[in-house]
Parts: sequence; C-alpha cells; structure tokens
Amino acid sequence: MPEVKKIATRDSYGNALVELGKDHDNLVVLDADLAAATKTGVFKKEFPERHIDCGIAECNMMGIAAGIAATGKVPFVSSFAMFAAGRAFEQVRNSVGYPHLNVKIGATHAGISVGEDGATHQCNEDIALMRTIPGMTVINPSDDVEAKAAVKAAYEMDGPVYLRFGRLAVPVINDKPDYKFEVGKGVLLKEGTDVTIVATGLCVGAALEAAEKLAADGINAEVINIHTIKPLDEEIILNSVKKTGKVVTAEEHSVIGGLGSAVCDCLCDKNPAPVFKIGVNDVYGESGPAVKLLEKYGLDAQGIYEKTKGFVGK
Amino acid sequence: MENLELQKNANEIRKGIVTAVHAAKAGHPGGSLSAAETFTYLYFEEMNIDPKDPKKADRDRFVLSKGHTAPGLYSTLANRGFFPVEDLKTLRQIGSHLQGHPCIQHTPGIDMSSGSLGQGISAAVGMALSAKLSNDNYRVYTLLGDGEIQEGQVWEAAMFAGHRKLDNLVVIVDNNGLQIDGKIDDVCSPYPIDDKFKAFNFHVINVADGNDFDQLRAAFKEAKETKGMPTAIVMKTVKGKGVSYMENQAGWHGKAPNDEEYKTAMEELEKAGEALCQK
Repeated sequence: MPEVKKIATRDSYGNALVELGKDHDNLVVLDADLAAATKTGVFKKEFPERHIDCGIAECNMMGIAAGIAATGKVPFVSSFAMFAAGRAFEQVRNSVGYPHLNVKIGATHAGISVGEDGATHQCNEDIALMRTIPGMTVINPSDDVEAKAAVKAAYEMDGPVYLRFGRLAVPVINDKPDYKFEVGKGVLLKEGTDVTIVATGLCVGAALEAAEKLAADGINAEVINIHTIKPLDEEIILNSVKKTGKVVTAEEHSVIGGLGSAVCDCLCDKNPAPVFKIGVNDVYGESGPAVKLLEKYGLDAQGIYEKTKGFVGK
Repeated sequence: MENLELQKNANEIRKGIVTAVHAAKAGHPGGSLSAAETFTYLYFEEMNIDPKDPKKADRDRFVLSKGHTAPGLYSTLANRGFFPVEDLKTLRQIGSHLQGHPCIQHTPGIDMSSGSLGQGISAAVGMALSAKLSNDNYRVYTLLGDGEIQEGQVWEAAMFAGHRKLDNLVVIVDNNGLQIDGKIDDVCSPYPIDDKFKAFNFHVINVADGNDFDQLRAAFKEAKETKGMPTAIVMKTVKGKGVSYMENQAGWHGKAPNDEEYKTAMEELEKAGEALCQK
C-alpha cells in the first residue's frame, strides 16, 4: 500500500495564516503562550509585529480580539479548544458573539486525540458550547486541505467563526483537483443506500475506511463529510436519509451537543429517522497515545465499522 | 468648555438618568450618578467624537466596562446629540435601542457591548493595541466600577496593557466605595487600588473628588501627557451623587425610584440646574 500523507490540522492552521498574512495586512494573530503548539509560531516568524502573545490569560485574549475586531482588523485568536471554548466561553459569548464581531477563533488540540496530556486538556464539549451561540459559525475540518480552505473562508466571511483543529497527524483525504470548500455545505464523499454515515473532523477519514469494511459485508453506506456544524447543511442530510432511512453520526466529541445532536435536531424536526451517535459517551478522556485512545473509545475506522454494522443489523 | 457649562450638562445628564430608570422601573442609578461628571467630561470636552458620524474611523473610543451604568452613558450620548433625549424613556423596554446593558449593535455611539463585568477593559485594551499596530492616533477610555475590579480578568488586562506600554489607554475606576452587597472593603476589599495599578506598570492618578471638573481636567491632561505607559485614574466619587436620598446608599445600586421618589429627585435636580443658571 502506498504511504498515506498525514498532517495535523493545527499545522494547516499555522500555514494557512502565513499564506493569508502575506496578502492581508489587517490580519492579526493572538496566542496565549501556546504558539509552538497551536502552530501560530510560523506566523510569528514571518510577521512578528502582527503576532500578539497575550500570555496565559485566555479570557483577556478573547476580549483583546474583540477590541481589535471592533477597530476593523481581523484577529485570529488561538489556544487549545479547552481554553478557547471552555475557559473563555462567556467572553466568546458576550464580548464576541453578542456584538457579532469579526473574530476568528482557532482552537487546536480538540478531542481525545490530544493524547498523553489526558482529560484536563481533551475538550469534547467545544462544539456543543460554540453552536449554542447565536451567529457563530462552527467549522471542524477533516484534513489538511480542508483546514487550510476553512481558515481562508473564515477570513473572507464577516462574523465570528470557531475553527476546530487537532493535534494528531491525520490522513489527507481531500487532495483532489475538484475539491471545493464552501462554508455550510456538506460533502457527499461516497454514495450508498443502506445507511448514511455523517462524520466530521478526523472521523471523516475513519468513516470512509469503515464504509469499505462495511461494503465487504454487503452493507452499502453513504458517507457525508459535515465540516460546518453550524450552519448545518440540512439538505444534504435530509436527501440522504430519504434514501437510506437511517443515520450514524461520527465525531471526536461528546455525543451530547455535537454533530450527532445537530443532526438529530434537524431530523426530528423535518424527517424523523433512527440515529446512532458515535462519539465520546459522556465520559472524560484519559492519558495515552492518541491512536490508541481513538481505538479504545471506538472513534477509529474499526469502531465506526462495528457500531454501524450493529446498528444496521445485517 | 467652561466648568459651568460642564456642570449644567452633568445636571441634565443626571435628570436623564433618573428619568430613564424611573420609566424603566429598573436599572442602575447609583453608579450612573457617581460617574456623571466623568461621562460629561469625556463626551463634552475630552474625546474626539462626532455625534453626526458615530463610527468615524479616527474617533476616540469609550468602553463602559461597568456596563450596568448604561443609563449614565445613554443620557450622556442623548444630551450630546447621538439620539433624541426622549429615547431615554424607552430604556429596557421591548423594541428599544436602549438595552439594559450597552450594545454596539443597537445604539449609536456605543463602541463596545459590555456589562458582563471585567470584560470591557479587555476590549478597550484590544482597541488601544490595534491603534498602536497601525499607528493610529485615537485614544481609548474605559470606565470600571470599584467592585468590578474584583474580577480577575481586569488584572489580566492590566498586566497586558502595562506590558505593552499602551499610553493611548486610560482606565478610569469609579471609586464610589459601594457595591450591591455593601461597602467594597467589607465585601472583598480591592484596596489599595492605586498601588495595584502601579504594580502593573500604570501611571496612576488619584482624584480626590471625581465629581469636580477642575480635578477631572487636571487628571485627563496629565493622562494625555503620560508617555510610555497606560494611565489609571482612580476617581473618588459619591454613589448616587446629586439625588440626596440616593447618595452613599448601596441600596440605590440597582433600584428604580417610585413616582414620589422620582418627583423629589427631579425637584432637587431642577433646583441645582437653576442655581447653575444664576452663576
């Protein structure tokens, strides 16, 4: 088998910022003593005067970003998901969301694939928190190609955006000439008739692999990549469910409040159908190598395969 | 503007505060009244602003970090011509542009939404930093309550502003000594306020009477002349100033006067206004 190219989406974030920074003088990057980890360090090297290290004070950093945005510049405020969405939640809600300021939040180290640092740093709640904020766009890219496109799209649009990135290097799956990123538009990656697998983030690649395993068992799964959790592309999900009749959601996030919940919100309103939610089942994570954790928590291809097979019942 | 004119404006602003809160049957008169002179000085003398062009790019910015004293800011903006004084009677009503706490999306002249304590100062710091990044000359003012500075975020912001030497930033603390639960030094003392800001590399100015325009004029002049560090002005004020029964009463932090109390307050303010006109 050829070697699969793997890149962590946090690297994509840093690299995309450098690209954008070359063309746009009004782009400012903020970090809270994590530039080496969030990968904004590459931007700092290129544009030191536009990289603001706020020290370990995320709540203040979020407010500074709001103030910068209020003067017309475009701040990308960077930290781990735990601190950007968690610690600074109320600052995001009141200082960024309520005034609908043009702040872009680059949250890295989301989910359990943080790995060895363990539960305190593994944020499985950020999508739930961010999607409750009116006017907030929530994007969880699946690979390097999509992450870079998402950062650029976030810059181009007006209003607050939450961008979710991972620490773990993940396979590049969107490196195709016809790949196109559009905020709020899901991507149909594989057509199928028996079940719809709606996945986001690093679970998208795993879902594609799972679909291959399911095919070997005679289950023809449709795979949809939902990179934008809010606003949700309801049309692509509803069209698929009309065909398959049942849905599996897969995300590296709590089963409470994330993609699975967003899909259920849509379906119970517009087309009730059975849904099985794959995610972190209302527990904290733990320390361990990221790949092993994904395996243990059933978020890898094997886990998605087994749960989908059980759900479809073939 | 002469002090007498400023005093007249401050008195009109006080009438607007009391009228708005009375009409709303809710709101925060105490801390609005204590800061009436600060609001007046900023909007009628100090700041580069234009009521006809509230968003002009080179304007000075103001962030009301103690956002609950919105009636003070609204009355100031109305009296300065940003919107009709009549609007003050719609405070806190459904459909009004005058929300319980300031909102950038609703009200002309508001530079930042605020009200969740401790957050406004960070936004003000962000604005001041932004000016430095693009070599703009505007200045940024933010007003905090002395109870508000119990919030940890205030000191995160202060540390950053001092570190970045933001000499285009003026942090004003309305030191009226009272918060909802009582005296600030009984609840959880923030004193010494001046030494704390000094420790965060601010130039600190203590104003003995923050309801006196001579002292305000001197303080803001000194702040403007201060280079290489941000300025903190600690204003000793009287909560509820100008309405006799509200003065120095924590109970008037967030309570509206009833009809009778309103009448008394307006009579006192009318008298004060007449006295100023005879000067």
